[in-house]
Amino acid sequence: MKIGVLALQGDFEEHISVLTKLGADASDVRLPEQLDDLDGLIIPGGESTTIARLLARWQLLSPIRRRALEGMAVWGTCAGAILLAERATGLDREGLRLMDIAVERNAYGRQVDSFEAELSVPAFGSRPFHAVFIRAPRISEVGAKAMPLACLADGTVVAAQQDKLLATAFHPELTDDARFHQHFLALAAASPPATIRETESQAATGVRRPA
Amino acid sequence: MPAQDGNGASQANETGTWKVKTGLAQMLKGGVIMDVVTPEQATIAEEAGACAVMALERVPADIRADGGVARMSDPEVISRIIDAVTIPVMAKCRIGHLVEAQVLEALGVDYIDESEVLTPADEAHHVNKHPFKVPFICGCRDLGEALRRIGEGAAMMRTKGEAGTGNIVEAVRHMRTVWDSIRKLQTMPEEELMAEAKELGAPLELVRETRSLGRLPVVNFAAGGVATPADAALMMQLGADGIFIGSGIFKSEDPAPRAHAVVQAVTHFQDAKIIAEVSRGLGEPMRGLELSQIPEEELLAKRGW
Repeated sequence: MKIGVLALQGDFEEHISVLTKLGADASDVRLPEQLDDLDGLIIPGGESTTIARLLARWQLLSPIRRRALEGMAVWGTCAGAILLAERATGLDREGLRLMDIAVERNAYGRQVDSFEAELSVPAFGSRPFHAVFIRAPRISEVGAKAMPLACLADGTVVAAQQDKLLATAFHPELTDDARFHQHFLALAAASPPATIRETESQAATGVRRPA
Repeated sequence: MPAQDGNGASQANETGTWKVKTGLAQMLKGGVIMDVVTPEQATIAEEAGACAVMALERVPADIRADGGVARMSDPEVISRIIDAVTIPVMAKCRIGHLVEAQVLEALGVDYIDESEVLTPADEAHHVNKHPFKVPFICGCRDLGEALRRIGEGAAMMRTKGEAGTGNIVEAVRHMRTVWDSIRKLQTMPEEELMAEAKELGAPLELVRETRSLGRLPVVNFAAGGVATPADAALMMQLGADGIFIGSGIFKSEDPAPRAHAVVQAVTHFQDAKIIAEVSRGLGEPMRGLELSQIPEEELLAKRGW
């Protein structure tokens, strides 16, 4: 299983370290040709404005979109989730616009408001997932093509999935719980694309959409 | 916020934890943090791809030239810079000046740099950084100094270099010194660690942790003297997690293209062809100072312990 981690800026080393522990063949991606034989791509945490500029400068937007449409799995954590969203408030550059979700950048406040919390992820069973949110974006809308996957205690949606695309507002690469990475590796291995039907989504994930 | 939602999630959200403090530094990795003195400069930095800005009244080159006591910037300047950009904003307090630190936290800065570039307020003690919700970054010249600051609660480090000189030699010395000591720890038998901790003047637990990680326990950027894209890439190849550039941008002939080029060089720090390409036609870098021309008592890196 070949997984690339976008290494333009951000905590890509942390993702590579988790992937390597799980036995995946993980590599840095800085240029378009490094996307060619990947089963999956992770867009890490970092500054979304910085990464968006570098994606455009190194002509990575179109090749990533094309590979995603060909079935490459893509997972964005925090900044990566902003870049995956079709609608991103507060991002001044073009993102990948692959996922039918809306996100608001820095929606929880400044660094002093960054927090840790226990998440409910019904798809992973009853054990909560301990998550780290850093100047995190809010997933304000999960469209019909995507489905919510995880939420805070008050029901706020913090992760979403659409076929082989995954967005998390938090950083599973900063904690020792590898369930999101394992979930992503399973998505990357799935062929044909892992589609969950809209009618099944509520039952499948057990998380309600944002109101 | 409800304590329990029936789905298994519980507990209130926890802010100001060590994880979120060190975590923001991890998000800045592979990036460039630029010194700015006006909202306009902050916008140029963000536009060029900076991952954060350091809000200041004067860049280190001017602090060095002007002399006098250098203090925390006017809150008005800091607030205007916070309002001008969406990326994280850092600001500097004097070494040991806990009230300047409290003021910066109240202003909502994302990181406080307890910095030797300003005139120290306390010659014996640094700020106790643990009680703050906002994270701190501090400078170091060697491993012992880095671990003392982390022991006091610094969630991010930077090598000091010699700020405001445009001369990379001290940054290189400090980065190499830190890594040499880490490599030495890794080859040392367990029973020698206590003596080494004594020698370094560092907490034993942090010495152990550094040895087992094979790196500093927190993110470590390079600072002090970066003036060109090649300087920035050099520090990355020497093991920096990212780069601070102060006077090097806004004391150069044409700041915006230089800022953009430094960002590209940090991302592609191992690709000499790209560094060559982005370094073309940037105009004059800042003038720069030979270290031997600076009187001993004016060396900023010697401040703090």
